[in-house]
Amino acid sequence: MAAQKTIATPRGQTAGAPARKGKGVRNAARWAHLPLVLTTLLLLFPFYWTVVMATNTNSDFYLTPPKVVPGTHLLENVSSVLTSINFFGSMANTFIVAASVTALVLFLDSMAAFAFAKYDFPAKNFLFGLMLAFFMVPAQLSTVPQFITMIQIGWVGTLQALIVPAAANAFGIFWMRQYISTAVPDEILDAAVVDGCGFFRQYVLVVLPVIRPGLAFLGIYTFVAAWNDYVWPLIVLINPDMLTLQVALSQLNTTRGTDYAVVMAGALLAIIPLVVVFLVFSKQFVSDSVKGAVR
Amino acid sequence: MSSASLDRGFRRSRYRPPAAKPAATGPKRNPLRYWPQYAAVSPFFLLFAVFGLFPLGFSAWLAFHRWDGISPVTFAGFDQFRFLAADATFRKAVVNTIIIWVMATVPMLIMSLGIASMLNAVKRFKTFYQVVLFLPSVTSVVAIAIFFKAIFNNQVGVVNQVLTGLGLPAVEWLNGYWTIKIVLALLMTWQWVGYNAILYYAGLQAISNEVYEAAKLDGAGALRTFVSITVPLLRPVILFTVVISTIGGLQTFAEPQVMFGSNASINPNSGGPGQAGLTMVLYFYQQAFNNNNYGYGAAIAYAVFAIVAVFALINWRLTARSEK
Repeated sequence: MAAQKTIATPRGQTAGAPARKGKGVRNAARWAHLPLVLTTLLLLFPFYWTVVMATNTNSDFYLTPPKVVPGTHLLENVSSVLTSINFFGSMANTFIVAASVTALVLFLDSMAAFAFAKYDFPAKNFLFGLMLAFFMVPAQLSTVPQFITMIQIGWVGTLQALIVPAAANAFGIFWMRQYISTAVPDEILDAAVVDGCGFFRQYVLVVLPVIRPGLAFLGIYTFVAAWNDYVWPLIVLINPDMLTLQVALSQLNTTRGTDYAVVMAGALLAIIPLVVVFLVFSKQFVSDSVKGAVR
Repeated sequence: MSSASLDRGFRRSRYRPPAAKPAATGPKRNPLRYWPQYAAVSPFFLLFAVFGLFPLGFSAWLAFHRWDGISPVTFAGFDQFRFLAADATFRKAVVNTIIIWVMATVPMLIMSLGIASMLNAVKRFKTFYQVVLFLPSVTSVVAIAIFFKAIFNNQVGVVNQVLTGLGLPAVEWLNGYWTIKIVLALLMTWQWVGYNAILYYAGLQAISNEVYEAAKLDGAGALRTFVSITVPLLRPVILFTVVISTIGGLQTFAEPQVMFGSNASINPNSGGPGQAGLTMVLYFYQQAFNNNNYGYGAAIAYAVFAIVAVFALINWRLTARSEK
């Protein structure tokens, strides 16, 4: 019911004409907070409950009623995690992979996107169409051959097996091309050409400074995706001492499956870095993705 | 990402640098003139060739052969596909995947639309709500699967503790055919409902208020306005969310793999008790990487691709038509 009421009175309408703002409108807008707060609680509950489970002992979970507040056993649970898996090693690996992939994607995707957005060259539309077609092909079609390729070139179990295939991607080029088309004015490119700038100097001196907000969005997006990537690392990282965080966490879950306090402490440790990164950049990220979606 | 927006993008890029203009308008364009542009797009296409195009062909070749990665390759003809067509486990995986995807996607997208409408209506705490809505989608799926496994645990799970606390019978969530699917669908809903709501919210913001004013003047009620104005105008966004939910949902892997482990597919409980959580991509993973059955894995991958493509097309058509 609340949903229907609020739809009839969209936000801008009341903001644009405050004088005509009726009582029903104001009430509807206020009532809309109720389901939103409920949604917020449901979405945040797993984070709270992860903290509760990670800070209590296993026997606490068998109590009736169960413990619903954080306990004092975080440190012993964390130290169990650290003895079970190479947590900091995996975290360092994950960071190396995510940071390298992000840097490469930002550079290679934005340069390709600049060429696609602002230049006409023979076979451009064909190449762009080919790229979009590849975008639609599901990952598992290439998984087995990629794994065999990695065996052939001796990269199985190494981090470059995760970094190199992810160094440029169709989504980033597509998104960046849209962004550059609108964000970089043709006039300043013309001016740069008059000043004798070739393609690459235009890219470095004109395009890069202008598209920094776009790079920030694509950067966070890429970093998060690389950090959380699970399937490919699970397949290609065959050495148990050389894992990424997600695979190590999954290994912890397999080996200490019934040890809920310890496994949840591992999950907590694994999600904290990214949640912090996200919260720091969240305002920018949220507003950019809202803009990107309507583009 | 409809075709209309692609066209718009193409038209937008009509800029030609003055230096290149004579060549572009001349009778013959010399491709060498454009070497910087080719150099700029070449890294992607190089990686595409090695890690995209070549694997596609290699997969197709593998699907007609038997290979475990060690012993010599033998030609299999259509045997892999014949086996696949008769494989009861694969059929089970297909049915599981579709049930889980429908159970997760349909309620989720409706909820997302509701949340987006409310987000559009409120004036305060908008940014806070958006950050919270986004948070699950950036959280590791492995951690989330571990969490859901813990709260739906038959003995120590908080869900059963609440149920028994309310005097209701406990449910063996991770043992039943339907309950396993419910838990997996809930997990996917939790992770993506906010993300889709943000997309819808962005679409709602793009709808002009004059449209609503006009509807009001014509005496349209709330429900009629929603059905006749909001939904049709949101069609491109709805189309996008339906297609990405189809592609993502039909390729579910990590959720059941983390919850129920990835034992070889000869294990009758792979994908959970009764294989109730065995999805198509999980089955593919087990055949290709637990059983080292590369040829059969490639055949499954092509079958999954075909199924995903068919469903994406059907959904595209349905969503595109429903607006008329």
